[in-house]
Amino acid sequence: MTPFDRVSGAAAPMTTPNIDTDVIMPKMFLKGVDRSGLGDGAFNLLRFIDGKPNPDFVLNQGGYRDACFLVVGPNFGCGSSREHAVWGLQQLGIRALIGTTFAGIFNDNCANNGLLTISLDAATVGTLAAIVASPASNRLTVDLAQQTIRIDGGGTIPFAIEPARKEAFITGRDAISSTLAFADDIRAFEARHRADNPWF
Amino acid sequence: MSGRTLYDKLIDAHVVRKLDDDGLVLLYVDRTVLNEYTSPQAFAGLRAAGRKVWNPSAALMVVDHVNPTAAHRTREMPDAEAARQVDYFADNARDFGIEYFDILDPRQGIEHVVAPEQGLVMPGMVIAAGDSHTTAYGAFGALGYGIGTSDIEHYLATSTVRYRRLKTMRINVTGRPPLGVAPKDVVMEIIRRIGADGATGYAVEFAGPAVREMSVEGRIVMSIMVVEAGARGVVIAPDQKVLNYLRARPRVPKGEMWDRAAKAWLQLRSDPDAGFDREMTIDAGDVAPLVTWGTSPDQAIAVTDRVPDPDSSANADRKTAAMRALAYMDLTPGMPIQSVPIDFAFIGSCTNSRIEDLRDAAHVFRGRHVATGVRAIVVPGSTQVRAQAEAEGIAQILIDAGVEWRQSGCSMCLAMNDDILAPGQRSASSTNRNFEGRQGPGARTHLMSPAMVAAAAVTGRITDVRDLIGGDWP
Repeated sequence: MTPFDRVSGAAAPMTTPNIDTDVIMPKMFLKGVDRSGLGDGAFNLLRFIDGKPNPDFVLNQGGYRDACFLVVGPNFGCGSSREHAVWGLQQLGIRALIGTTFAGIFNDNCANNGLLTISLDAATVGTLAAIVASPASNRLTVDLAQQTIRIDGGGTIPFAIEPARKEAFITGRDAISSTLAFADDIRAFEARHRADNPWF
Repeated sequence: MSGRTLYDKLIDAHVVRKLDDDGLVLLYVDRTVLNEYTSPQAFAGLRAAGRKVWNPSAALMVVDHVNPTAAHRTREMPDAEAARQVDYFADNARDFGIEYFDILDPRQGIEHVVAPEQGLVMPGMVIAAGDSHTTAYGAFGALGYGIGTSDIEHYLATSTVRYRRLKTMRINVTGRPPLGVAPKDVVMEIIRRIGADGATGYAVEFAGPAVREMSVEGRIVMSIMVVEAGARGVVIAPDQKVLNYLRARPRVPKGEMWDRAAKAWLQLRSDPDAGFDREMTIDAGDVAPLVTWGTSPDQAIAVTDRVPDPDSSANADRKTAAMRALAYMDLTPGMPIQSVPIDFAFIGSCTNSRIEDLRDAAHVFRGRHVATGVRAIVVPGSTQVRAQAEAEGIAQILIDAGVEWRQSGCSMCLAMNDDILAPGQRSASSTNRNFEGRQGPGARTHLMSPAMVAAAAVTGRITDVRDLIGGDWP
């Protein structure tokens, strides 16, 4: 996965609650056997009308077209387990999502691909959303090592992240290789587990 | 020392090792079921890294999302992209040595219907799979949960996942559901009370006398659907009903091994003094048949109610969301939900495609006919469910009522195959998600129980099923 250290860029507000993975990556884009073309798929039904950019959609508006952060509403990424949603957001250039709650599978999928999810309290997210609602003040720097969001016009918001997740983001390490280093533990566990549950 | 919850016991029994001091563990997973659309990139990853599957015998591969449901189907996929997915799926089964039920296999169907039907889900297991509704298996006292494609690849390569322990929530269901109220209504009531993220970060244990009274199939409905409140795992303590359900299944142990297993399985429960991070109680006697009016599963009302006014929402974001939902659904605040006409009726999906669901629907359809202008389809959850429904005469009741009787698959739950609504069409649906565009771009979905879908199909509008049934409800 792509390592994440410090990223600067534009943020777009997208604060509707419960934006689900069907909206993030519509079903028409799920029939591939690889990860190609998912940048087109991301928010497709919102981004385009009859093949032309929808001017009402935030990422089609000046100051937001190159956004690499989204400030999102509660329960972002709920619904289907489709990891295509995360791949599509990344192909669209999104590096971090800032919100209150993220749905569980989606949050894990983000972590597995290096898309940072930052959880803050509702008041702070509301304040940040109001700030980035103006393209004049929507440039942020997310510094993972420092665990801060710096607003270009001034102000810094600290955020919490579990140490193991932070390390995984910074190193971009391959989780499977790390786990296979414990292969002997897995084999030992498996032998015990089968003895305990011979019917499995 | 306080006791442990069933969830904690299942996790403790599957921890290979701790990974940090904050609840992150390497968790052994007993089984997975793979489908054709969330697995391809996982197998591609294994191939690229030259890795093997750690334990191929613990996996099953089932095509369910893209397959057509036409009555006379063949192995040919009419859609070129679906064909490529299914071909790659079959290649992966062969190359990695994993059992594969193709779409003409008599054991084929939706993964969450097939796995229990085959006896592949046993109490005490941990099952992770690439579909959010894997929580279905909680009905058996197994911990099931959905994972994404990267975690599928991780599982295939190691038989484990990196897992962070969840908080626990016990939902006690008391009372007796009134006539015409299904397990679907009970779980929709829970979702509407706690909200679409009300169980995010939690593993849910369903308990209480109403859950004990519920059939195993009803418990599956509850376990699947509570995902729509964000639950990332569900458990229900197994009992004699679960053993009765499993006993005759092909893949469960036989003879003396069965006796040993059954004895161990009946021990699986939360200790009486176990503490939960959150607890709630709901009286099933207070639940009415529910219908969603919006585009999130928590936007539901009793079928006797009126469409709510967004201005009644105190939270600004929720008010905006409700206004957007009403515009998308083309509904007006204050209108009786029963005045809303439908174009389409769909009974199927992992939530409500089992034999009991079809029996409920047939009870309403018997001697009636689908309303003019409405198209109704029933898609059984598996080829075995289809065969059983035909043997019981249910299929004939549906056909006589003017319902299309289809082959099994996920079908119009997410409309990845050719069963798809046109923009603006309105559907009464036994599925679990009413998201914008879920059943087709611009399509409008009202979630409800199978019996309620049948009632809407025969009247042509959203209808209180209790007005159509007498006291002879099965």
